[in-house]
Amino acid sequence: MPWSRGVRGLVMACLAALPLAAPAQSGAWRPLAKDGVHDPRSPAIGVLQEPGQALSQLPPDTAGNYVKWVEALEKGVISPRTSIKPETQIRLREDVIVVSKFGSMPAVSFPHRQHTLWLDCANCHEQPFVSKAGANRLSMQKILDGEQCGLCHGAVAFPLTECNRCHNTSNAALQRARQGDAKR
Amino acid sequence: MRSAEALVAAALVAATVLLAAGPAQAEYGDVVLNRRSEANGVRPVVFPHWFHRIRFRCKVCHSELGFTMRAGANDVKMDDITQGRFCGMCHNGTVAWGPDRCDLCHSGLPGLKSGIVGGHGTSGPGKW
Repeated sequence: MPWSRGVRGLVMACLAALPLAAPAQSGAWRPLAKDGVHDPRSPAIGVLQEPGQALSQLPPDTAGNYVKWVEALEKGVISPRTSIKPETQIRLREDVIVVSKFGSMPAVSFPHRQHTLWLDCANCHEQPFVSKAGANRLSMQKILDGEQCGLCHGAVAFPLTECNRCHNTSNAALQRARQGDAKR
Repeated sequence: MRSAEALVAAALVAATVLLAAGPAQAEYGDVVLNRRSEANGVRPVVFPHWFHRIRFRCKVCHSELGFTMRAGANDVKMDDITQGRFCGMCHNGTVAWGPDRCDLCHSGLPGLKSGIVGGHGTSGPGKW
């Protein structure tokens, strides 16, 4: 079956190329002159930093800017300023809130730490979220419409295709923990 | 059997080509500001989130400088910038280039609509 072997070879070649293709994608930042928003005739082209030049140096990701921004921060690859006014108080919070329990998707665990590394409390509280665990009615539809978490996720923070980065907590495990609590 | 294999092969080739093609357009998180730019004879502004977040955390602009986290919700005028508000907090010729370097910010293609652009296939929430 010579023809079939040829096809099989092609399939194998593609399978081998797929993992290569994915990182190639992560390295494929458009040059500013070809990104569809910058005017190629603008004098800024050649002066402004190219995304590929900066972003290729940071921990790679598979979506968004193709950069793991939190990891870049934690590893010290970047050290963005936390404030610009001397009087600004830097506020960090470390707790994790588990929300959206026992639905059809794994529960969401929201880590305050990663969020407060970038953001101030006032960016989320009391709008769009009140400062009380369990008091916020979250809606995936609203998020997809650019409200709630969707103010950032899907715009600047990792996009909404990455379901399991937020929906990462097993409901069964939560259920077991709850039953364990009840027994005690 | 052979046609099935050929179909699989064709699908894989297509998938490989598509994946290798990479992101379609502007960088994820780029914001176009054109409420007033073109009406005043300059190119639209392209604001790159990626460039700024390497150097500043979100909270600097979105808390200290007062930028609301919604593209289009910030009605920034050149007067604000020259007086040190909003972009002018840094774009003052000291921290970053000053407002006399019009072309460096006003670098967008004529005719662009204001809003957040670039990025992932499903990044298009209706409100943006």
